[in-house]
Amino acid sequence: MLTKRIIPCLDIKDGRTVKGTNFLELRDAGDPVELARLYSDQGADELVFLDITATYDHRKTLVSLVEKVAREISIPFTVGGGISTIDDVQAVLKAGADKVSINSAAVENPELIGKLAGKFGKQCIVLAIDANLVNGQWKVYTHGGRYETEKNLFDWAKEGEQRGAGEILFTAMTKDGTKDGFEIEANKKLTESLRIPVIASGGAGKINHFTEVFMEAHVDAALAASIFHYGEISIVELKNELKKQNVNVRN
Amino acid sequence: MKIAIIDYGAGNIKSVQFALERMGYSGFLTGNAEKIWSADKVIFPGVGEAQTAMEALKEKGLDKVIPNLKQDVLGICLGMQLMCRWSEEGNTDCLNIFPMDTLEFPAPLKIPHVGWNELEKTNSKLFEGVAPGAFTYFVHSYYVPLSDFTVAQAEYGFPFSAALVKDNFYACQFHPEKSSKTGEQILKNFLNL
Repeated sequence: MLTKRIIPCLDIKDGRTVKGTNFLELRDAGDPVELARLYSDQGADELVFLDITATYDHRKTLVSLVEKVAREISIPFTVGGGISTIDDVQAVLKAGADKVSINSAAVENPELIGKLAGKFGKQCIVLAIDANLVNGQWKVYTHGGRYETEKNLFDWAKEGEQRGAGEILFTAMTKDGTKDGFEIEANKKLTESLRIPVIASGGAGKINHFTEVFMEAHVDAALAASIFHYGEISIVELKNELKKQNVNVRN
Repeated sequence: MKIAIIDYGAGNIKSVQFALERMGYSGFLTGNAEKIWSADKVIFPGVGEAQTAMEALKEKGLDKVIPNLKQDVLGICLGMQLMCRWSEEGNTDCLNIFPMDTLEFPAPLKIPHVGWNELEKTNSKLFEGVAPGAFTYFVHSYYVPLSDFTVAQAEYGFPFSAALVKDNFYACQFHPEKSSKTGEQILKNFLNL
């Protein structure tokens, strides 16, 4: 049977792992290659790297980092942050990434999703959506949560699916870094309306939060960063506990 | 040992090369027919879209090479599907090494089938030292039904072929190069055949 995935996320700035709260107040969280190896050994099902600087100069650093990670670990990994062209995708795939996540560039140019899916296959394209609850509406944000758009989370996710995205990575900005649980309602609505897998992100603080989002929102994967980086919950412990609570995971 | 990894412009074939290196082997990426003919082992990886991939193979003349190889060949993911007769993806005629058709997972199953799934009913040297129920990583929207050539199966709504063998041709739907220790064991078994 297919298992639920636990995905540690490494936010990368200038070649280091960092983590903030509600997309702000960044703290250093260590060497990404070491963390990647540690998580892979502990049984992480995939890894996500998000380059949160993503300027031209740093892009080259990112590609060399991707290659270092790819040489070390034998689980799939996704790279995102500032990816906006076929060449960007080619560069990180050539360095050994398995998938890319696209966010702001897809909002600005939705045709990009289909273009990349056609060239690299749907399974390669993760549509990352950052959204915030504004007056009862889930609004899509771009550029690391800086700009609000007119797009609605659910419509945009559906459009992304139709255009060829292989997975949706939904980050609830209200929850990001708060450790008070994943967003359940919006994730549930996404899994009910989409045929592609949904990865929930934002709010993981306790083991029960994972159980909740798998059992109640029926997401396919859950992503977290700080609780793993600072050793608050180990992946081994998390998976053992999820198993006890009848969530089907690999261990 | 000369290990050729067929490069026809599809997907992240680098990860196969890195996996071999971690295991102490070295493989070379090539789209050159002669180099493929003269290799000891051939790995035929691939992620991407069936029709585009078949066109790329034809352009390099590899559609005539691969089915006639005499050394051990390992197809991975799309590589396995291209080794079959036909694919529903893009209504594509494939290499016809395995006389089966590749079909799309029916609704309401989510596609792609992505993540770690258990290998069951393993029955090949490929799986020596691999415990029943071991997990490997899958990512695909199309599947090959069970057949006489199936040597491992996995379940997603129903059982489907996780691996196929016919003579010197081996194929797996999952990604051994991304399947942690289990995947490494399977690759090692292939290289030691």
